[in-house]
Amino acid sequence: MNMNFKSWLVGTTMLVMGTTGAFAEVVFNRGNSADPESLDPHKTSTVYEAHILRDLFMGLTIHNAKAEVEPGAAESWTISPDGKVYTFKLRAGATWSDGSPVTANDFVFSWQRVVDPATAAEYAYMLAPVVNAEDVTAGKKKPDELGVKALDDMTFEVTLNAPTPYLLEMLTHQATYPVSKANVEKFGADFIKPGNLVSNGAYVLAEFVPNDHVKAVKNDKFYDAANVKIDTVNFIPTEDRSTAMKRFEAGELDSNDDIPTEQLTDLKAKFGDQVHLGPYLGTYYYVFKIHKAPWDNVKLRHAISEAIDRDYLAEKVWQNTMIPAYSFVPPGISGYETRTTEYAEMSQIDREDAAKKALAELGYSPDKPLKMEIRYNTSENHKNTAVAIQEQLKPLGIEVTLLNTDTKTHYGMLEQHGDFDIARAGWIADYKDPSNFLDLCKTGAGNNYAEYSDKEYDELLAAGAAAPAPEERMKKLSDAEAIGVARDLCVVPLLYYGFHTVVSNKLKGWEDNVMDVHPTRFLSKE
Amino acid sequence: MLRYVFRRFLTAIPTLFVIVSIAFFLMRVAPGGPFNQEKGLNPVIKANLERVFHLDEPLWKQFLFYLRNLLSGDFGPSYNLPDFTVADLFKAGLPVSLQLGAMALILALVIGSALGIWAALRQNQLTDYAVVGVATAGSTIPTFVIAPLFQLFFALTLHWFPVGGWGGGALINKVGPVLTLMLPQLAIVARLMRGSMIESLHAHHIRTARAMGLSDYSVVIRHALRGALLPIVSYSGPAAAALLTGSVIVETIFSIPGVGRYFVEAALNRDYTLVMGTVVLIAIFTVLFNLIVDILYAVIDPRVRYD
Amino acid sequence: MTDVSISHVPAEKGRSLWADAWARMKENRAALWSAYYLMFMALLCVFGPWFTSHQFTTIYQDYNRVPPSFSAYPKPEMIDLAVKDAVQRSRVKLAGWEEKDGKILITITSAKPIDERMTRYIDRSSVFEGTQVVQKSADSLKLVMSTSVEKQYFFFGTDNSGRDMLTRTLMAGRVSLAIGLLAGLVAVVIGVLYGATAGFIGGKTDEVMMRIVDVLYALPFIFFVIMLVVFFGRNFVLMFLAVGAVLWLDMARIVRGQALSIKRQEYVQAAEALGVNRWGILIRHIVPNLLGPVVIYMTLLVPQVIILESFLSYLGLGVQEPMSSWGVMISQGAKNMPSANWLIAIPSFFLTTTLFALNFIGDGLRDALDPKDR
Repeated sequence: MNMNFKSWLVGTTMLVMGTTGAFAEVVFNRGNSADPESLDPHKTSTVYEAHILRDLFMGLTIHNAKAEVEPGAAESWTISPDGKVYTFKLRAGATWSDGSPVTANDFVFSWQRVVDPATAAEYAYMLAPVVNAEDVTAGKKKPDELGVKALDDMTFEVTLNAPTPYLLEMLTHQATYPVSKANVEKFGADFIKPGNLVSNGAYVLAEFVPNDHVKAVKNDKFYDAANVKIDTVNFIPTEDRSTAMKRFEAGELDSNDDIPTEQLTDLKAKFGDQVHLGPYLGTYYYVFKIHKAPWDNVKLRHAISEAIDRDYLAEKVWQNTMIPAYSFVPPGISGYETRTTEYAEMSQIDREDAAKKALAELGYSPDKPLKMEIRYNTSENHKNTAVAIQEQLKPLGIEVTLLNTDTKTHYGMLEQHGDFDIARAGWIADYKDPSNFLDLCKTGAGNNYAEYSDKEYDELLAAGAAAPAPEERMKKLSDAEAIGVARDLCVVPLLYYGFHTVVSNKLKGWEDNVMDVHPTRFLSKE
Repeated sequence: MLRYVFRRFLTAIPTLFVIVSIAFFLMRVAPGGPFNQEKGLNPVIKANLERVFHLDEPLWKQFLFYLRNLLSGDFGPSYNLPDFTVADLFKAGLPVSLQLGAMALILALVIGSALGIWAALRQNQLTDYAVVGVATAGSTIPTFVIAPLFQLFFALTLHWFPVGGWGGGALINKVGPVLTLMLPQLAIVARLMRGSMIESLHAHHIRTARAMGLSDYSVVIRHALRGALLPIVSYSGPAAAALLTGSVIVETIFSIPGVGRYFVEAALNRDYTLVMGTVVLIAIFTVLFNLIVDILYAVIDPRVRYD
Repeated sequence: MTDVSISHVPAEKGRSLWADAWARMKENRAALWSAYYLMFMALLCVFGPWFTSHQFTTIYQDYNRVPPSFSAYPKPEMIDLAVKDAVQRSRVKLAGWEEKDGKILITITSAKPIDERMTRYIDRSSVFEGTQVVQKSADSLKLVMSTSVEKQYFFFGTDNSGRDMLTRTLMAGRVSLAIGLLAGLVAVVIGVLYGATAGFIGGKTDEVMMRIVDVLYALPFIFFVIMLVVFFGRNFVLMFLAVGAVLWLDMARIVRGQALSIKRQEYVQAAEALGVNRWGILIRHIVPNLLGPVVIYMTLLVPQVIILESFLSYLGLGVQEPMSSWGVMISQGAKNMPSANWLIAIPSFFLTTTLFALNFIGDGLRDALDPKDR
């Protein structure tokens, strides 16, 4: 009975999952921590959507398996001598999934759509380097005044405010992807529905059942379809990480973009080299409310920062999935020299001694203890981090209390510059460039939760943006970091992010990289 | 009877209105909004988003706007899943939750009642203690412990069932979620049934019937059960409303695309329209099932009349 | 039950009701033992944390997730790891270590002269204490330190942060029990007052009051609770007072129903006819008759609140760290399954047995206080 029951069950599963069809279809079940908020590339903001859209669409440039920039929808490009005008030659023979050609007009339409206030694209600022982009988004200019032009069907010209050496890197981001003008005009807001959506990537959208799966099937019209080895990708939302691990173990998932760090030791033992760990371009940090006493004292801020044992956080709390951080911009951006706080090279005990001395000088003592409240958003690891810091600061006579709120309350409070002492935040790079981090400390920037404002810092960033030579630009940005972060602690860097994924041995071609980008078209499955 | 039903529906309208109003304003005074996230938006873009979703208008205007749409059956688009309207999300998820909930409810009622009666007929014997013990355990172990245990044992060790996923509605994918949903309910039903059955068996007319030599079986089924059913019926009203609208824990752990998770997610994400949708949904279910319970009461107990 | 003679003096009747109930309760073995167990659990949670030799907040850096054990930590194989860890953090090289006369001798080398304060790195490890420099090379490039092993007992193991599970489980018990009792009490007080008022005044007032209850019934409970967490999350006690304020609906209905039926009982009507004033009736007849269902309901409500708290913890909306509750601990343990199973097994055992006990007491009380069964 047992056998019969089991084989009956297996039979049913097979039928339903459709894994054994008439032909050997290669299906990749890809665990993705969250469902996409939207499949409209211009309305998305998270990396979970990026994973899917990267398969459906192709930007002017793309990331290859190693996250290096390669020509995508553009076959080649030329840059004017002043670095402000980019002329892209679109790929001949590249078409939309309905067979119609991808034209420069589609790009003009798409980019105007991104910056149009009526679209309300969350990532409209990605196009900020383009002439008039910010004014269009703010409603001060019309979308057709954006600095983009179709010179002919196959030539797309972009005019920039200043030389932007990271533009090509930025064009791999989904906010710059093209959508088919004809398609959007035909279906309106419904163009992103399965069956309607026309895309220019290696895959086309087949199904989207919220909280169940997004199914994408190979696009036969894709210019490089011959080299696409996986026929179907199912993006499966895996909110519950423990379940995701069990589903991976049972073979229901071929990969997952996250693992529960608390189970890391056991998972490594169980899955071996299928567990992938490595640096990821992002920083986990705390911010002080620097206009509120006593946090307006930079010496005090440094004393607290020094006293936090980052090695312990990385090793024990995060099980080595994170790396201790002493600078805001993580290492891994070529040409950029990160500037760390001066105690980066000191030993933890010397740091603590220095912190104790500084606190004593500032007049804090066991009779007059310093009180500090750490605010963090709900998450097991944020909690463990805050708890560890609370214990680390205790011997210094700092009375730390913890306040956990849900994510929306947390960021709502930070954004409205509510009252707090020190709060958690994090930043994952959108593209490989230091400015993506450093802009966060610019006067009046949306994510400048500390409300840091320093003239010299702003000037250095501006000088960097205007610098014609990339080396000079990097130097200015590096100097800015030395002032804003290393000297003034506009953010308190704690850890650099690391990616932690599980990838089945059956998947070939998966290359670990700092952007944690893995387009399905470069993968194959045994 | 029909008039009674009609009147109940009429009185449900002001109830719904009050609930919608409470939820609407409660949601709006909660800190944070749908567009707060780890990667904060720059103020210009946030203003654009708020304009697109009419969040920049005065609150009373938004409220009237919402009520007007609601009356025409339009729940609005979801803020956090703009590809879908709230109605789309319910259309996709509600059948899933309904199926699981109905299966769990029926199983819980049938098995739970049977166990309860069995225990009641053997009051203070080993069977009784066993049933009470198991039932109590079922209602004291949290669902988020039972569900992973099920996955570990039946899916990963025995390989009988998949760990999670809906599998397009395959029966095999439903076993785990249904059992997990059912267990706490079954426990409560069994205990309720045992209690009311014992009481019912002690009632005068049952004792008389037994004394008159009617067989145990006929006494239990014909007479005692009828009286004992009332507490079960009144319990299953709210239970049905809760089960049929899904469970966030079961749906998250088993990766099931139901609507239960929206009750929690929408509130935490400040997805205003989706929250309102869930509130309306549950209010309708509650009102509906309370009505059904009252009608069933009249059917079971002839003394109850509605005019 | 209507044949209770009114010739009884009410006070005597009250006493006999309770005396009777107590007698029945004593016969119910399960309920009695449950009551003892619950008392034991409460005492354990209240006083236990003072005797565990650990603070519930202390983090033992070298003892993350160590399994429960009745023998002392560190285990022999852990010493090697602890030495390596401590030396590595001090950024010098480990030349070797050995155990001698119960002392650990650690030899380190470095390219730069070694500071004698190095001993603090070793002391900082939760495994060692009383580190001293025994020997120092002339050029200060080599140092031998002696240290002794600090013994620690973790009968229930430690959690992911390296905190003693025994102390934390007991502290969590305080929170869970307090929350259950508090919310239960609040619900009962509001419910009784509201229900009794509606039942006794009757008429239009009753109708309006019950209408309000209907409306609140149809409001999704989870939504309401999440909103409460969002508003009161800062203060968990306040939060559960608020939860209690939501849970009174059933109580109000039960009490109102009872009040209505008692009001119509012959003995109450008789007392009324005899000219006993309203207060007298309320206190002598109605309150004692209401107490039964109220006490029963309360014993059912407390577990309900404790389960609700664990549900909120699962959603990440539980008690603020470094405090904990059984619900918080179980939901953390569930995330670790199938590894470190003591993290879930221990708090689950405490929670489940306590709820079991509460349930049996509830059943026992119901049987004991049920007038029909007398």
